[in-house]
Amino acid sequence: MNYFWDLFLGGLTRGSIYALIALGYTMVYGILQLINFAHGEIYMIAAFTALIVASILTMQGLTGFSVLILAGVIAILYAAAYGFTVEKIAYKPLRQASRLSPLISAIGMSIFLQNYVMLAQTSDFLPFPNLLPQSEFLDSISAWIGPSDFIIIVTSSVVMIALSLLLKFTKMGRAMRATAQDREMAMLTGVSVNRIISRTFIIGSALAAIGGLLIASHVGRINFYIGFNAGIKAFTAAVLGGIGSIPGAMLGGLVLGLAESFGTGYISSDYESVFAFTILILILILKPDGILGRSSQQKV
Amino acid sequence: MNHANLFRWILCAIFFFAFIPFSFAQKADTIKIGIAGAHTGDLASYGLPTVRAAELIAGKVNAQGGILGRKVELLVEDEACKPELATNVATKLVSARAHAVIGHICSGATKAALGTYKDAGMIVISPSATSPELTYSGQYPNFHRTIAPDDAQARLVADFAVKNLELKKIAVIHDKGDYGKGFAEFAKKYLEESANTQVVLYEGITPGAMDYSAIVQKIRHVRADAVVYGGYHPEAASIVQLMRRRNMKTIFISDDGVKDQTFIKVAGPAAEGVYASGPMDTTNNPQAIAAINEHKKAYGTEPGAFYLNAYSAMLSVLNAIRQAKTTDSEAVLKALRAHVTDTPLGKIKYNNQGDAIGVGFSIYQVKNGVYVEMK
Repeated sequence: MNYFWDLFLGGLTRGSIYALIALGYTMVYGILQLINFAHGEIYMIAAFTALIVASILTMQGLTGFSVLILAGVIAILYAAAYGFTVEKIAYKPLRQASRLSPLISAIGMSIFLQNYVMLAQTSDFLPFPNLLPQSEFLDSISAWIGPSDFIIIVTSSVVMIALSLLLKFTKMGRAMRATAQDREMAMLTGVSVNRIISRTFIIGSALAAIGGLLIASHVGRINFYIGFNAGIKAFTAAVLGGIGSIPGAMLGGLVLGLAESFGTGYISSDYESVFAFTILILILILKPDGILGRSSQQKV
Repeated sequence: MNHANLFRWILCAIFFFAFIPFSFAQKADTIKIGIAGAHTGDLASYGLPTVRAAELIAGKVNAQGGILGRKVELLVEDEACKPELATNVATKLVSARAHAVIGHICSGATKAALGTYKDAGMIVISPSATSPELTYSGQYPNFHRTIAPDDAQARLVADFAVKNLELKKIAVIHDKGDYGKGFAEFAKKYLEESANTQVVLYEGITPGAMDYSAIVQKIRHVRADAVVYGGYHPEAASIVQLMRRRNMKTIFISDDGVKDQTFIKVAGPAAEGVYASGPMDTTNNPQAIAAINEHKKAYGTEPGAFYLNAYSAMLSVLNAIRQAKTTDSEAVLKALRAHVTDTPLGKIKYNNQGDAIGVGFSIYQVKNGVYVEMK
């Protein structure tokens, strides 16, 4: 039973990170019907920014919680700025083009950012300091939940609840939902669609940055390629939950994380990805729009 | 361009190339050593040190009047570690009547080329091809190497775990790659030969995955005393860190893919106490020091990978020719196995399979942030 609990927590931790990144995919898809392949790279850039800021702060003699907060805030801002810029450079000029063009542009952006970081930083793996704070409270619960697992699960739950509230109750959230439902109608009612799209990218990137910071701290190493693998898994999670649906992305991430964790724990880690994709295939066969996806009938 | 013009060009080309065999014929009295390996492409750093080692030795030998009164001539051929190019290179060296070949560098390319050399009865000595089957299969009696095969490493690690550390329950993990899985398979086989040791877990992980918590949980769940890991350092660093953060004292033993300073840099304090096997430390050997200084003098840099292995391979084949007093491959083959050569890797000769005797691996342990050889 103890083992089950450990695997459950491990899956939940991994799933929360998938969910945080998947939200970025699903939000952008909801509004633009575009799969933003450069999203994984934003997550990687956030991890690098956090690493650089944290090293500078540690050299200045700061420690513990202040480093985490400062590095986190700067990484989030930096990643958000990247998300904003990527949209302006790679997607906005192609807004009226056929759907394939922005997709290719996204793949190009992804390759560009990966190689840019490889050349500007290094192609080696870098150690990532454990920024997650130590405290007596965390020590006291460490018998049944690892401190970093606890922080990751709590932080991502808080972030996801905040996002849901933002979308539900604020004016911006309403405008975003309206744009997702019908872009032209939203425009007619006075919503500035371009601004909403920019904000979507900013929010999505900030979520990815939080995910990147947490997971890099948890596993302790980064390189320029981490965005690719995380991006593919998170994209799978978004499709699994129903792309375009916010709760779907959260649920999809958790299902994927748990499937991988239990698959590894009870069967074999050789087939880790097989479990994840088997679930994806099964769900797409039974429910082609994903677990919580709306069936999107094309209006003629 | 009209047809007459084209014809003239073709005629010129034929005349031009027709002279090449003649120029080969003029140099018939040299001892020709083929140097084959990756000299371009992303694995060039593994192949170029071999060229340099051969050039340095050839220069030295020729300055002293050569061997058996004949100068040593090098035929350097690049195959970028690609099997399909390696067969071309082999055909080229055979038709150029090379007396022996130092190479190839990668196991796959070596295997592809060996058939051609075997048919021609040519002696091949690789400084770096570690795939066990090259010598164990017995298919290639003409093949030798100055590096220990992969399974020797697994044997050493298994013996160390069983005899020195007296471990009972071992988890064998690998990264599903050719190198990592090959090592893990041998390690598992050798560990299971011991009556007191049990392999409690044998599994592959996905390299480059986001996190390895699940496999670490599993290692804890099976209560393994130690993890034997086959693969490279990025994944190893992550697994070791996750284990230490969960306060697991599980011993971590790995291969020479992990015996790299980058591993210690990335894993940080978690790397302390990790064991890894790697080529024996020969830096105290006076021959090795001399060979390295020669390289520094000639090229101004530290030599690269497999430099000493290549240096030893070249020395041993020239010594065998000297002892055999002929370049006839049958006689040289016998001399390689009969006579000891004093090389940077120690005093070596070859066994009947073609593996160098006295070349091997040691176990290293991370102490205060560096790998220290265990005596």
